[in-house]
Amino acid sequence: MGSLFRSEEMALCQLFLQSESAYTCVSELGELGLVQFRDLNPDVNAFQRKFVNEVRRCDEMERKLRYLEREIRKDGIPVQDTGENPEAPMPREMIDLEATFEKLENELKEVNSNAEALKRNYLELTELRHILKKTQGFFDEREGSMEPGGQTSLTQNLLPEDTKGPIQLGFVAGVILRERIPAFERMLWRACRGNVFLRQSEIEDPLEDPATGEQVLKSVFIIFFQGDQLKMRVKKICEGFRATMYPCPEAPADRREMAMGVKTRLDDLNTVLSQTQDHRHRVLVSASRNIRIWMMKVWKIKAIYHTLNMFNLDVIQNGLIAECWIPVADLETVQLALRRGTEKSGSLPAILNRLTTIEAPPTFHRTNKFTKAFQNLIDAYGVATYREINPAPYTIITFPFLFAIMFGDFGHGVVMALFGAWMVWKEKPLSAKKTDNEIWNIFFGGRYIILLMGLFSMYTGLIYNDIFSKALNIFGSSWHVSLSDEELSHEKEFMLDPTNDKQYEGAPYPFGLDPMWQISTNKINFFNSYKMKISITFGIIHMLFGVALSLWNNRFFQKTLNIYCEFIPQVLFMCCLFVYLVMLVFHKWVWYGGVGSSGETAPGCAPSILITFINMVLMKGYEEKKPGSVCEPYMYAGQFGLQRFLLVVALLCVPWMLIAKPYLMHRNQKRRQMMVQANGGEGVIEEGGVTAEAPAAEQEDMGEVMIHQGIHTIEYVLGSVSHTASYLRLWALSLAHAQLSEVLWGMVLRIGLSSGGHSGGIILYFIFAAWASLTIAILVLMEGLSAFLHTLRLHWERKEVSKESRIVGTRVEFQSKFYYGMGYAFIPFAFETILEQAEENVVAEQCK
Amino acid sequence: MGMKFCGPKYSLCCGLTSAWGIIQLILMGVFFKIRSPALIEDLHIPEEAHHNQTTYLEAMNDSYDLIGTNCFIAAALYAGTLVVCSWQFWLNLKS
Repeated sequence: MGSLFRSEEMALCQLFLQSESAYTCVSELGELGLVQFRDLNPDVNAFQRKFVNEVRRCDEMERKLRYLEREIRKDGIPVQDTGENPEAPMPREMIDLEATFEKLENELKEVNSNAEALKRNYLELTELRHILKKTQGFFDEREGSMEPGGQTSLTQNLLPEDTKGPIQLGFVAGVILRERIPAFERMLWRACRGNVFLRQSEIEDPLEDPATGEQVLKSVFIIFFQGDQLKMRVKKICEGFRATMYPCPEAPADRREMAMGVKTRLDDLNTVLSQTQDHRHRVLVSASRNIRIWMMKVWKIKAIYHTLNMFNLDVIQNGLIAECWIPVADLETVQLALRRGTEKSGSLPAILNRLTTIEAPPTFHRTNKFTKAFQNLIDAYGVATYREINPAPYTIITFPFLFAIMFGDFGHGVVMALFGAWMVWKEKPLSAKKTDNEIWNIFFGGRYIILLMGLFSMYTGLIYNDIFSKALNIFGSSWHVSLSDEELSHEKEFMLDPTNDKQYEGAPYPFGLDPMWQISTNKINFFNSYKMKISITFGIIHMLFGVALSLWNNRFFQKTLNIYCEFIPQVLFMCCLFVYLVMLVFHKWVWYGGVGSSGETAPGCAPSILITFINMVLMKGYEEKKPGSVCEPYMYAGQFGLQRFLLVVALLCVPWMLIAKPYLMHRNQKRRQMMVQANGGEGVIEEGGVTAEAPAAEQEDMGEVMIHQGIHTIEYVLGSVSHTASYLRLWALSLAHAQLSEVLWGMVLRIGLSSGGHSGGIILYFIFAAWASLTIAILVLMEGLSAFLHTLRLHWERKEVSKESRIVGTRVEFQSKFYYGMGYAFIPFAFETILEQAEENVVAEQCK
Repeated sequence: MGMKFCGPKYSLCCGLTSAWGIIQLILMGVFFKIRSPALIEDLHIPEEAHHNQTTYLEAMNDSYDLIGTNCFIAAALYAGTLVVCSWQFWLNLKS
């Protein structure tokens, strides 16, 4: 049987691996991805395990690679992704890899530190050049002011005549951050009591700080002072303000020479810098070619050692012992993989040993890209119990169909289907493009669901005859307005008479609803009744189908007791009440009409199904035909008796469900006890090869069974009613959707259509764009989402597990009828998923 | 090269809207021209035409024709938009 209907049969296996071949075997199994290892030393912490060293080395390699990658990204070099999947390298290759990464990292670090040193040098030289250029201006000014002999400075006047001449003023030149200038100036003034002379000038272009790589603004300053004491003081202040001071020769000729020297050195530095940059670029480009593959290799090694850490050590035979879950169907493949692994390392073969266990195996559904999304929907509710019937294959049809009942509009369906089809069409390029965008990932993951939902909505849209709230008249309406002009000019509204063969052809529109309804004034009344009835009908079919699936479950698990004590009364209860209701609906649809025979199905006598049903449940007494009325109170002869009978059967089902199972269990238990006593009170009975676990499970507390059964029954009986009502959401949402799309057309697009004149075309151009975007945003996206959620709710409902009594409480609609969802998922050790996760982390990091 | 004034996403969005607009507006134009009763609620009939049967019919036919033409005009405008958008999209692809 296909594994989508039930989860795969699993086997717990023990694996003896030789320590030489363990690595290669695990690597082969990782490529295969069909084995789930169990942690055999859960008490041992991560640091005490055997392969800690290797894992640590992998971490170190990963760190180096991440450093490389960051550097590559900093330089904007594209990382090549060839899509290649390298095999996990052998352990001895690990040393090579380590050496390579070590070398690369060192090289890069050296290049970086060299570049930094060079940059610092470069900065100093640029600053010096600026100083020389700016101070030249200051010196020129000073010499200029000294030339005319009369205008001497203040100091000169105070000094005696003979000391006249050039005064020996000392100076200090340097560069300082521009924002520090005001504080610097004030400090100098105060500390030197105004005896120094500060000149400063801004450097226009920002300079790069080699340590941080930021651009900073700086200023050149020159301080004139007299005497050594002041010089000391000024220098101290400069240091305090982190100003860099440069030697600046006094003589103009020296300065000019120095400037020349600085210029040539700057040129040299530039060439050296660009060469360093080139070298760095070359290193990074060559690394970028391989970095993906290296990353994958390191991740694989790490995953293998992590797995090996979960194994038990067999000290005597120098081997490792692993326990793992393997799908029974894949035992052969696993054996082959193990053989490949041992051949590679050339040691003794690994031994695979099947164990018997009473532990519940994990649930494994083999899915493909199409069924995966549906399986995810189911697993979101709860992973199936081992070997339980899997609702996913049925969901493939029921999910889009229930959605489409709510979303029935051909136009919106086309939009949705096109979007889904595009994603399916461009599947490969789109999935290669990894993004961190959660919404997009959700849409893309559900592309097949979206496509199917779109296609099903197109179908229901045609049935409802609804395209953006307009109808298509493909086959020709069955209704005709054959009224005289006289009548037309007097009345505002007309009722078309179905008995008049000029107005109604007598045969309904061949496919879907008649387009005439879309423009009639009682459209809502008509759709109301139609949609309510189909939603009840589909709901009951859906629930009954769920109950029917529980039969297969019970037969599979050989719970015959459940079939007689639960399944049969459940089906009877459902049929007697709700299937009968559906049959009444169909009876009314088929037999009542405008032209009919007399008697029960006379025209105008159709009863309200709802009232009929309520009367049946409330056990209203027999109704006589009212005198003077044409209509019969019942739809067919013998209806009263049949309804009473059905109701009684349904009510009888309740105690049947409630008591039968606990009673039978109790009786069995008693009989067993008698047998035990007869056997001499040993307590262990061999029951035809049943494993030893059976008696333990049977010895359940009777009280607990009673409570469990009681809750189960109440849940089922009340649930049947409330779930039937719950399916009415199909009706409500589909009406709401149709109404909303009509309102949108009427309120928005009609403005564009009915604006007169030929400028109307241009208005229509803009209005249409508004209408289209509103249609997408509100009707397709928002309404689609709400319909999706309601469909999801109809498939699975909240599950409340009360811990004390292990009773599974209110689980509803479809799945509650048969699905327990108490299993746990099979998570095989597979490189594919590990790499995917690691890659996702990298992408997420990049996006930050 | 060229004059790029739309980003890749914007030009794509506009292009899709115009493709939709062209298809739907041409269809609607045809339906208005053949006087489809499904679209009767979207007609514009002035109040004074309500009194007389012939004037009412005339106004209705006029409105059908006018709106049909308007639909074609809007479809033509969207065709222009589509051309501009595809040109922009192509420019975005190249750069």
